[in-house]
This record gives sequence, structure tokens and C-alpha cells, in this order.
Amino acid sequence: MKHVRYLVPMGILLVLLYFLRAGLNLNPKEVPSPLIGKPAPEFSLPRLDQPEQRISRAELRGQVWMLNVWASWCVACRQEHPLLVQYAKQSKVPIYGLNYKDERTAGIKWLADFGNPYTASLSDRDGRVGIDFGVYGVPETFVIDRDGVIRYKQIGPLTPEVLRDTIEPLLKELNS
Amino acid sequence: MRSLLTRLVISLAWALACGACIAAEALPASDNPALEARVMKISSELRCLVCQNETIAASHADLAVDLRRQVREMLQNGQNEQQVIDYMTARYGDFVLYRPPFKALTALLWIGPAVMVVVGLGTLFVVLRRRSRLADDAFEPDDKDAPNDPHLS
Repeated sequence: MKHVRYLVPMGILLVLLYFLRAGLNLNPKEVPSPLIGKPAPEFSLPRLDQPEQRISRAELRGQVWMLNVWASWCVACRQEHPLLVQYAKQSKVPIYGLNYKDERTAGIKWLADFGNPYTASLSDRDGRVGIDFGVYGVPETFVIDRDGVIRYKQIGPLTPEVLRDTIEPLLKELNS
Repeated sequence: MRSLLTRLVISLAWALACGACIAAEALPASDNPALEARVMKISSELRCLVCQNETIAASHADLAVDLRRQVREMLQNGQNEQQVIDYMTARYGDFVLYRPPFKALTALLWIGPAVMVVVGLGTLFVVLRRRSRLADDAFEPDDKDAPNDPHLS
């Protein structure tokens, strides 16, 4: 019985090691968004390809849609893009692009070069709508439901795993 | 020996000076110094999410520049500091605040260190008290005849 107390430091060490180990798996770059479960911010932006035409939040209501934040200067977007192009071909969900802080011509050329998965791309030249969406690391992807509520946010490039394990089930649930 | 010390001091001074020049804050963008001072004051309370150990006042990241612009415009529109802070936390969460608010989720963060100090001091106190009450024969006797013990000579 007397020797049990020598196990106390060992126990504390194990608890500490457990937390340190858990910390290794956390990504400090992924900051939980306070916007999940909240209505998507109001916006009205010109289309990238037809700047005289504007798209607003109200027009996208009543459908489940995805917003993918991208830019021609964004290296990780290029990595993500083939997956998005391929996913768009299955047309499970309309994907809208938010062309974030980009030159219009550069954005159009980028889509011509790498393919265009977007139903439409919105041109957020000065990044204000990006700020409203809490964008801080391009690419980011939002899933927005029929009522215009943000249900999911992916920070950084989409992966086949995220699409399959997280986004697909969510889309199924939202569309049912 | 002395010259080595001098050189060390000089290189240290250089290192510090250079650290200061890197950490210099970004240039203000409007010619109203009072407004810029307020922008910088609020900005230095806000974390840049791109480079997380910098405030948006100190950061040169694109997003930090944009957020400073946002702060500036909000102040120009007559909004107060609390409204700017609320605007930022609504979009980026509490993480954007350099001084996180005290609430259930952050309670451990705030009181954890104090609790650990109290527990540590408490343990030390109890152990020392218990030990001081022990009779002399509970301790090993000091070896007074040891010739090479510097503490006893």
C-alpha cells in the first residue's frame, strides 16, 4: 500500500504524455469557424466570365451548393483542382467558385488551363466577401444548405477522403 | 578574454537591432495619425490567421493588410472598438483575439497555471511540514568524519 504513492508521478506523466500525443494530431492552422450553423453572409458579386452579370446569395437559396474559394496565385488550389474538376463531372452538387483577390484575366486563364468545375465563379477582387466568409487560407470550401446556412467548412485543399467521408454523407443528408 | 566578451556583446546588440527591424510595424495607410493610432491599437489585439504568432498590426500578410483596411473603414464610419472586435470574432472566432475571453471553454487556459502553482506550493508545504515533524532518527545520520566533504569542512 505504501508503494502505491510512488505510482502517482508515473500516472501524472502518463496523463501528460496522452495530452502531448493528442496535441501532435491537431493542426493549429485549422481554426474552427464560428460560421458553421449560421446563415452564409450576404453577397452580390460579378461573375468572373461575365462581369456585367451579378450573383447574390438570394439567388442561390433553395438548393444545396458548394462554395470553393480559389485564386490563380494559390498553389494549393492547383493541387486540389483536378479533384474538383472530376467531382463536378458527377454533378452531385452545384459548385460555385469565389475567385478571391485575383486578377480577372489571370483567373479566366487559369480556368482555361486547368478546367472549370464551377457552375459560376464570383469575382471577389478586393477580398471583402472573403472576409465575410472568414477566409484566411485559400483554398477553402463551404457546404451551404437549402436555407442558406453554412453546414461545413474545409480549410485547405479538398482530398478524396474528405469528399467521400464527410461531404458526400452531408450532401445526402441535406438533399433528402 | 575581454575582447571575446566585447565581441559577444556587439553581436548580441546586432541581433537585437535586427530583430527590431524585422518586427517593425507596417506603414500606416492614411494621413490621419489619430485614426491610424486607433487602427493600430485595435489591430494589435487581433491575431493574423495566416501567420498565427503575429498581430494584424505587425503582419505583412495580405489578409492582415485587408483586415487593417477593414478596421480603418469601420472606424471611419463611426463604429467603436467593440463593434470592430465583434465583427472580427463573428467571422474568425475567438481565436482572432490575442487575449481570449474568459468563458467555460477557456477557463482552463486562464486559471490552469494559477491552479498548478497553488497545487505545487501546497504539495511542497505539506511535504516539508511532514518532514519537519519527523524524529531525527528518521533521517540518515550525517557522516561527520568524511574527510573530503566540502560542505562540512
